Amino acid sequence: MAYSDKVLEHFKNPRNVGTLDKSKKNVGTGLVGAPECGDVMRLQIEVDEASGIITDAKFKTFGCGSAIASSSLATEWIIGKKVEEAAAIDNMEIVEELALPPVKIHCSVLAEDAIKGAIRDYRIKNGLPVEEEEKAH
Amino acid sequence: MSKRMIYLDNNATTPCDPRVVEAMLPYFYEHPGNAASRSHPFGWVAEEAVDYAREQVASLIQVEPKEIIFTSGATESDNLALKGVYEMYKRKGNHIITVRTEHKAVLDSCDHLEKQGAEITYLNVQHDGRIDLAELEAAIKPSTILVSVMWANNETGVIQPMKEIGDICAKHGVLLFSDATQAVGKIPVDPKATGVHIMAFTAHKMYGPKGVGALYVSRKNPRVKVTAQMDGGGHERGMRSGTLNVPGIVGFGKAAELARKEMAQDAERLSKLRDRLQEGLMALEETVINGNVDHRMPHVTNISFKHVEGEGLMMTFNQTIALSSGSACTSASLEPSYVLVSMGLGDDLAHSSLRLSLGRFSTDQDVDEAISLISAGVNHMRELSPIWEMYKEGVDLSKIEWSEH
Repeated sequence: MAYSDKVLEHFKNPRNVGTLDKSKKNVGTGLVGAPECGDVMRLQIEVDEASGIITDAKFKTFGCGSAIASSSLATEWIIGKKVEEAAAIDNMEIVEELALPPVKIHCSVLAEDAIKGAIRDYRIKNGLPVEEEEKAH
Repeated sequence: MSKRMIYLDNNATTPCDPRVVEAMLPYFYEHPGNAASRSHPFGWVAEEAVDYAREQVASLIQVEPKEIIFTSGATESDNLALKGVYEMYKRKGNHIITVRTEHKAVLDSCDHLEKQGAEITYLNVQHDGRIDLAELEAAIKPSTILVSVMWANNETGVIQPMKEIGDICAKHGVLLFSDATQAVGKIPVDPKATGVHIMAFTAHKMYGPKGVGALYVSRKNPRVKVTAQMDGGGHERGMRSGTLNVPGIVGFGKAAELARKEMAQDAERLSKLRDRLQEGLMALEETVINGNVDHRMPHVTNISFKHVEGEGLMMTFNQTIALSSGSACTSASLEPSYVLVSMGLGDDLAHSSLRLSLGRFSTDQDVDEAISLISAGVNHMRELSPIWEMYKEGVDLSKIEWSEH
């Protein structure tokens, strides 16, 4: 199966690979997927508490090219956004941007879940109300 | 392909040997006859070419030329063997024994027969990929008409104990079919001496053309018959109708002749090359070889690189190296290789596997470049892998509550 140019570009030059210090209160971590399923994504956000803006994001992903591209794109998109704005990102936006074929849509779902997971972890750590899941997958 | 590719996917298909292509060419235009045309020289020439090829193919596996039925490939041969035997012998019994690691052409044919009233027993394999002979013998019952065991596995190269399986089948008077697609032409395969009565194989895994295969059907001790699955002109002793693919069969014959002459030296060279490739890759941390290394095809190795997903790993070098992964991240179910899972590998290890299969045209340079590119790919993907990081930090991955999806 041929990958889109955008997937290949992200795969070759993944943005924001790395690890944030999860002991910091303003860092939230989302870990989704399972090794048995062939993909695991860890996405972390660092939030400026005063403004509620995501100042940094990092990811590491075990998975195929589409999974890596989806998480790379997700970090790129959320940096500079307010937490609520990041929480509103829909997986279909990732599908469109990366031109993912139907068999790879789960990669985008995982990326959306990873963003939401990181935000949830950040909110819990900071005693903020955790919003209900917008939708179930 | 403008730049040089390194082809390490010879279990998927082999390049057609130029000597084979040369032998085939006259049969497209100069000698266009139908081998079944008995009334003119065009037909005679074609028939003669087919007869010669049949001798070449038969001599590779030491059987009589009349025991070779030409088909379109191993998938058709598998279908003809299983469905043909079942239809011919179902009055004697409806039970067939096969193995979980067989090729889909066998497993899906068995599925089909199950719907027709057959009872199928699927044997498990041990961790090394080989069947347990005691389990096979215990599974045989009065209604058993056929045992189907592949000679060598396409994903791992593991060779089954065929002689012992043959002896068990002979003892119980049960027919033995083997899908020997990966073995014929690469290692000595002698169905008569082994006790195999029906055997499927194909040209394109032994440097012949695609689209032509064969089914060996024993004519003596026992005389086996299979019900045709293709109705028509009654070609191939009535077992497989259809105009013979004369150029393809000529190529198959030439490929068989070359294999007979060169197999020993190819196998010796390739096993050394395979070992070098394997050693080079095993130098990476946390890698495991999948399958029995003492009973294995000389040109194949299957390796899991822990905490790296196979399909992503392949993307790091697939502009240069062609090979296969045990991770099929292309379906909604994300099923990893059923062959590796049947051997008791965790799904995570199955997702982390690569199959490397060398061939007649593989070189030392191919192997050295492959070691360096694959190693770089594994290291790169591990840098990206959260589970590699956790493993390095000493986190017990089995204790994590993963969100299965």
